[in-house]
Amino acid sequence: MAAEGNAIDALGQFELKTALGPIGASVGFTQSNLHMIFAAVLIVGFMVYAMQRAAMVPGRMQSLAEATYGFIDSMVLSQIGPEGRRFFPFVFTLFMFILFGNMLGLFPYAFTFTSHITVTFALAMIVFVLITAVAIVLHGKKFFGYFMPEGAPMWLAPVIIPVEIVSYMSRPISLSVRLFANMMAGHVMLKVFATFVVMLAGLGAVGPFLSIMPLALNIALVAFEVLVAFLQAYVFAILTCIYLHDAVHLH
Amino acid sequence: MQDDRDAFAKRLAEARARSGLDKPDKAGGKPGPSPWGFGMRAGLEVVSALIVGVAIGFGLDRWLGTWPWLFLLFFVVGAAAGIMNVYRLFTPRTGVRRD
Repeated sequence: MAAEGNAIDALGQFELKTALGPIGASVGFTQSNLHMIFAAVLIVGFMVYAMQRAAMVPGRMQSLAEATYGFIDSMVLSQIGPEGRRFFPFVFTLFMFILFGNMLGLFPYAFTFTSHITVTFALAMIVFVLITAVAIVLHGKKFFGYFMPEGAPMWLAPVIIPVEIVSYMSRPISLSVRLFANMMAGHVMLKVFATFVVMLAGLGAVGPFLSIMPLALNIALVAFEVLVAFLQAYVFAILTCIYLHDAVHLH
Repeated sequence: MQDDRDAFAKRLAEARARSGLDKPDKAGGKPGPSPWGFGMRAGLEVVSALIVGVAIGFGLDRWLGTWPWLFLLFFVVGAAAGIMNVYRLFTPRTGVRRD
């Protein structure tokens, strides 16, 4: 699987295949979808199980659940303000889904659904549609004044307005490409160094000793990927909060 | 009693300063963005604005049949928007404004 004919197949891991046998094949249900459902089930299961007892003195699972809750709650409050509380469920769901998707991908045989631009772009478009809808509902026509900063001279409007609109529309692109590129680059690197391990191991007597080097590097990379998995979920959530702040306060 | 406690806190602070224990507390309390990460982010902001500009220009040109003029125009607009994005990245955000 790793090194067939001395070629490094780093991108094969992102290939979509249908899951669940003939039923999945007939409806185009891929292993990516399967992992999404798995992540959703894990999140719901984790939250329900952890908060089942709702003890005054939390146990391990309960304090983990409360820590994630408090983490997103304080992020929403500090970024959007008190009126941002109603967006908490959305930001929390988004954060947990991306976090679990990133983390699940680090397990052997698992598939990272956040390494596909279609998935991350769909998530970013949900955010984009939401922030636009929130801004229009809250501010009505004044939302379009967002594209013309106050105090700018009127004759500059034909220049400023297209630039601002393009800048606004670039948000979902940068949001989705950041997550997708980080996850994909990490997994490609892991695969490349894992292939080096196998290739070097087959290099006669000294091979097994040489292959320790990429193996050690891969161990460090896995730790780094855990950090990236958390960080990218955090970045996605906090940028969503910043955009929601712009939508609520219109500045 | 109170003096004793203060004296201990003072000696502890002195000892920590002597062995350089307080330094990471000040500098590394909150890890700032790494220069690489920041550079990648700035680059991504420019590229994504360019993608949007080029896409709009290309689409309008195909619709109106004015190739390549709107494409060129929106390429420049996209570049300007990208620079605007990077400028916003550098201007410090002051969190929630209560106005």
